[in-house]
Amino acid sequence: MALDLGVFCKSTLDGEVVEHCFSSIFWLGQNADPSYLDWLMKAWGWTLAVAGLGLAIALIVGAIMGTLRTLPDTGRTSRLLVRLSTAWVELFRNIPVLVQVFLWYHVIPAFFLPLKALPSYWLVSIALGFFTSARIAEQVRAGIQSLPSGQRAAATALGLTTSQTYRYIILPMALRIVIPPLTSESMNAIKNSSVAFAVSVPELTLFAMQAQEETSHGVEIYLAVTALYALSAFSVNRVMALIEKRSRIPGFITASNDASLAH
Amino acid sequence: MRTLNSKPFLFATNLFLASSFLMIGSSAQAASATMDKIKSSGAVTMGVRESSIPMSYTTGDSRFDGYHVEICRMILGDIKDKLGMSTLRINYQPVTSQNRVPLVQNGTVDIECGTTTNNTARAKDVGFANTLYVEEVRIAVKANSGITSISQLAGKKVATTTGTTSVQLLRKHEKANGVNFDEVFGKDHADSFLLLESGRADAFVMDGSILAGNIANSKNPKDYKIVGEVLATEPIAIMVPKNDPEFKAAVNAAIAKIVANGKMPGLWNKWFLAPIPPKNIVVGLELSPATKYAWANLNDKPAEDYNKK
Repeated sequence: MALDLGVFCKSTLDGEVVEHCFSSIFWLGQNADPSYLDWLMKAWGWTLAVAGLGLAIALIVGAIMGTLRTLPDTGRTSRLLVRLSTAWVELFRNIPVLVQVFLWYHVIPAFFLPLKALPSYWLVSIALGFFTSARIAEQVRAGIQSLPSGQRAAATALGLTTSQTYRYIILPMALRIVIPPLTSESMNAIKNSSVAFAVSVPELTLFAMQAQEETSHGVEIYLAVTALYALSAFSVNRVMALIEKRSRIPGFITASNDASLAH
Repeated sequence: MRTLNSKPFLFATNLFLASSFLMIGSSAQAASATMDKIKSSGAVTMGVRESSIPMSYTTGDSRFDGYHVEICRMILGDIKDKLGMSTLRINYQPVTSQNRVPLVQNGTVDIECGTTTNNTARAKDVGFANTLYVEEVRIAVKANSGITSISQLAGKKVATTTGTTSVQLLRKHEKANGVNFDEVFGKDHADSFLLLESGRADAFVMDGSILAGNIANSKNPKDYKIVGEVLATEPIAIMVPKNDPEFKAAVNAAIAKIVANGKMPGLWNKWFLAPIPPKNIVVGLELSPATKYAWANLNDKPAEDYNKK
C-alpha cells in the first residue's frame, strides 16, 4: 500500500494542510492550528518526560536498594535494612507495570488524598520508576557481589567504616560493571513509558490511538511513532555507551576493555 | 530426473493458474459477492461489539444482542428469504473500534452491527446502510455539580475516551469559543466514567447512548445526569462491504420493510426504555427528534452532512 505522509501536515482541527509543516517543529514558523506533526512532537516530549523522570527515580532508588541488599550483617539496623530492601525488590518486580500504574493512579490516591493533587504524569513516573528500580537494584546487587571479597576485606583492614567502604571502594567498581545491564533498563524505561496512555498522559501511544482514529491513516501514524520510540531508545543506548567509555579505568575491569566490540 | 520431475510441476502450475482464472471469472460475473458467499456457505458473519450497551453487546456465553444486532438479524432473515434458503447460520465476530473497518474491508465480516459512525473518511473503505440511529454527543456530570452547559466547563477537567471522535470535537469547541478544557483521557468508556466517578474529571463528554448506558450501570445512577446542549450529531449505521451495491441494496430494502411495518418504535422501547439483559438495567434514553427524522427519511448521509450548519 502507498504511504501518505502528507497526513502529518494536516491540521488537527479541520484536516486542511497547514502553512508551516516542517518549519514549525524547528520554531521557525507558527501554525494557527496545530498539525499532526506538531502534536506528534508534543507527544514525543511527554514520552521523554515520563521516561526521563521515571528513569531518574529508578536509578536513585535502585542504586540505594541494591546497595542495601548487600550490607554486611553488623547488627539489627543492617539486618532490618537488608530485609526492607529485599521486600522492596520483591514487591515491585512481582506486579505487572500496567497494574502498578493503575494502583498509583486510581487506588493509592483514594487513601492518600494529597496524591490526588499530583498531575498524572508524576504518578506514572513514580510507578514506572519504582518498577524499574526493583530491576536496577538486582543488577547493582549482582555488580557488588561480583567483586572479589578481598576488596571489602582490604577496606576493613584500612579502617574504613561501612559507608566509606561502599563510597570509595565497592560502588565505584560495581557501578562500572553494571553499566551494560543498566543500558538495557534505561531503554526499557523509554519503552515501558507507553503504559502512561492508560492514565491520560498524552504521550506517543495515546497520540497513535487517537490520531489513527481521526485520520484513518493508522499505518503512517504507527510507523512514525515506532520510529520515534526506536530513535529515543537508541539515543539512550548511545549516551550510555559514551558514559561507559568515558568512565572506564584502564586495567580495572578487564572485560570492559573490549566493550566496543559488544555493540 | 530433473526433466521428469518438472513436468508434473508444470502441469500443476497450469492447473492452479487455470483454476484461479476461473475463480476470478466467476466472481466478476456474480451479482453480489457477499450474497453468493452467503448462499454457497449457508452462513453469514456478523460483526458485533462486546460492550456497546444497548446497541451491540454480549449477554454472556458468546451470545450477542442489542438494538443494532436485533435489526441485523431481521435484515439477514429477509435476505435469507430472498435467496430462497431454508436456514442461515449467523456467526458472531466481536470487533473493536480499531479493527472493524479492516475486517469488513477484507471480507472477514459481512455485515457489522455495532456503533460505527458513518463519515466520509470511512466511506472510502466501506459501505454504510441507511441510518436507523442518530447519536448526539452530550455531557454527563454529577447531579450535584450544578453544571448545566458546556460554557460552565471552561478550565474544568473534562473526560473523554481515547480513540473517539469526541476528542477532536472538544478541541474544535475550544478553538471556536476560545475556552480551555483540562482534558483527561480514559482508555475506554468504563475508564472515562471512572474518572468522573472518582472526581478526577468534572464532566464526561461522549455519545448520549454510551453516557446513558454507563450511568445506568453505575452504583448510583441518580448521582449523575446528562445535561447541556447537543455538541454534535452523528449517524450510526450498519456497515457493509464497499464494492457490493447489490448487497447494500438488499440490506436497505430490508430496513425499509422494517420501518414500513412500524417496528422501529417498539425496538426503541425494547432497547432504550425497558430493562435489558443481562442485568435488567434501563438505559433510559428518550427517542430523539434526529433519530425519528432518520426513520421517516431513510438515507445514508455521512456525519459531515449532519453537522453542516
